[in-house]
Amino acid sequence: MTTRLVEGSEVVADAMVRAGCRFFAGYPMTPFTEVLEHMATALPPVGGVCVNAESELEAVGMVWGAAAAGTRAATGSTGQGLSLMQESIAEASLAGIGFVVLNMARGQGDYFQATRGGGHGDYRTPVLAPSGPVEVAELMAEAFELADRWRNPVVVVGDYYMAHTWVDIETPGEVPEPPPAPEWSLDGHSGGSGAAKLVSPLGTAKRRDGVGYDLAAHYEGCAQRRREMTAGITPRAELVETDDAEVVLVAYGTMARYADAAVSALRSEGHRVGLVRPITLWPFPEAQVKAAADGSAGVVAVYENNAGQMIDDVRLSLLGSSPVVGLNSFATDSSAFGIAPDVTVENLTASVRELLSEFGQDAT
Amino acid sequence: MTERRPDGLTVLPSDVAPTDAIQVADFTPDLVDVGEHHLCPGCGEPIAIRAVMDGISLLGLADKCMAVFGIGCSTAFSNNLDVEVLQALHGRAPSVATGVIRMRPELAVFTIQGDGDMANEGLQEVLHAAARGENIVCIMLNNGVFGETGGHLTVTTTIGQRTKNTIEGRNAAEHGHPMRIAEMLAQIDGVGYVARGAVNDAGNVARTKRMIVDAFTAQQQQLGLSFVEILTMCPTGWFIPTDEAPAYLAETIAGTHAVGVLRSELT
Repeated sequence: MTTRLVEGSEVVADAMVRAGCRFFAGYPMTPFTEVLEHMATALPPVGGVCVNAESELEAVGMVWGAAAAGTRAATGSTGQGLSLMQESIAEASLAGIGFVVLNMARGQGDYFQATRGGGHGDYRTPVLAPSGPVEVAELMAEAFELADRWRNPVVVVGDYYMAHTWVDIETPGEVPEPPPAPEWSLDGHSGGSGAAKLVSPLGTAKRRDGVGYDLAAHYEGCAQRRREMTAGITPRAELVETDDAEVVLVAYGTMARYADAAVSALRSEGHRVGLVRPITLWPFPEAQVKAAADGSAGVVAVYENNAGQMIDDVRLSLLGSSPVVGLNSFATDSSAFGIAPDVTVENLTASVRELLSEFGQDAT
Repeated sequence: MTERRPDGLTVLPSDVAPTDAIQVADFTPDLVDVGEHHLCPGCGEPIAIRAVMDGISLLGLADKCMAVFGIGCSTAFSNNLDVEVLQALHGRAPSVATGVIRMRPELAVFTIQGDGDMANEGLQEVLHAAARGENIVCIMLNNGVFGETGGHLTVTTTIGQRTKNTIEGRNAAEHGHPMRIAEMLAQIDGVGYVARGAVNDAGNVARTKRMIVDAFTAQQQQLGLSFVEILTMCPTGWFIPTDEAPAYLAETIAGTHAVGVLRSELT
């Protein structure tokens, strides 16, 4: 078996291509930039297209068009760039156009942006949060499946560390063929038949159908589709040593890797500490968080690199059944791209020790 | 109770066709599903849409094309055509069409936007698409106002033109100058055809249809982006009597936005 040392961004790009993505458009912005670079190299050899869009508005517009034409398509950016895309992401949900959006965040200040969306209207986007490059391949395939299945944008959350960590990965084999274009998608051929297709965020009823224009009925249909999507996606989380935990940490993405190391360190000292790592940020793994908290005699501590965002979802999961504290500060390096040097396993371990002395039965 | 005329015949509401009437001709174009439109009396947009659909019919492109519609009055036609339609958001049609043409280069992909959509909200989109040489046809229906909101200033509104937010008429000192979109596009490398037509009289309608056919021909020859601007009447948004709109277009709008072919790479 051959392995290769590659940058996380290349792992992300390869995962998208292997998942069938054949159209990508983006605008450079740290830490998203290298994904765009790798897609520009990776797509042409497999017959795909990567466009260096002149703006995020145009990037997501191009993806709207390519996805409606039956191609697995993706775009992405970082905080501000994604803010610019939100109108299209929201309306794509109402148009039934599925594609993948990479949210390559700086720190974790964009949890709300990823999970609530910054757009208007009654919509949701499924959100997947790999903990690093290794998990990306599996989740990227799932992201495109979800986008196809629910005809809805799907967000994959990464960050500076995922983009720039170099990892040793197995050299992938042949790139599989993408799935055929879905039946609803447009190829031009239904024109002139008397039943030409329409894909629109305003609904697909046509004048010739004689049913009248009823946007309220369309939006109710969208809401029904959203209810089915919510029920149809199984929330997932990785559980680490949660069965007897006095302190249950909840963390996602890069921060979960620090938390995982802290759990190991504290367990080796005999402390009962566990971790719930949400893999789907929406739908949020409420049952897993609740089960871990119910088995705990102590406290649920939400470790995130922001002033407290995911903690809202943890509180909603528990509805007051356990005490919840936030272990957070917006700690990034001075460029605000990455994570500050004071975000360390040692500092987290010290914070958890304080919680154990306050809430734990076996405080030492 | 059914109302009756003195001679005993039933009085029919004017919008219901009499059941014994004989239809002598149906002027609905091939690729428009329902002939009646819901736009204002005197609106030029249905004529412009018809010109586009006639051009597609003439070139036999009905099952080889895709329309990408923007948001504005002309969106009323996006669910009323017998060609495939992808609805885009306000300002975004050229980038959406780019995504389509890149994955389905065999199609005649075209956009339909108003001036508020293309030139206000998303001007950079058509300029960038032109410079990239995207092989699409972009059509801008230009009436110099946001018609759907009730007649507000756009970047193409001419000097002196009254709009709801320039009620005494646009003046350059207060409201800036009108932008000439076709002229901007004509000087970009990567365009195959640029023209400005109008639908205010029969001669201009015929000339505009030829421009449409030429634009799609340039697209079929893969000459890059083709652009046709069509001046359309908006008596509602111009605050003038309906029957004065064609002359107003000729005298006022076309005085700033001159009709003609600005560039053609067709041989």
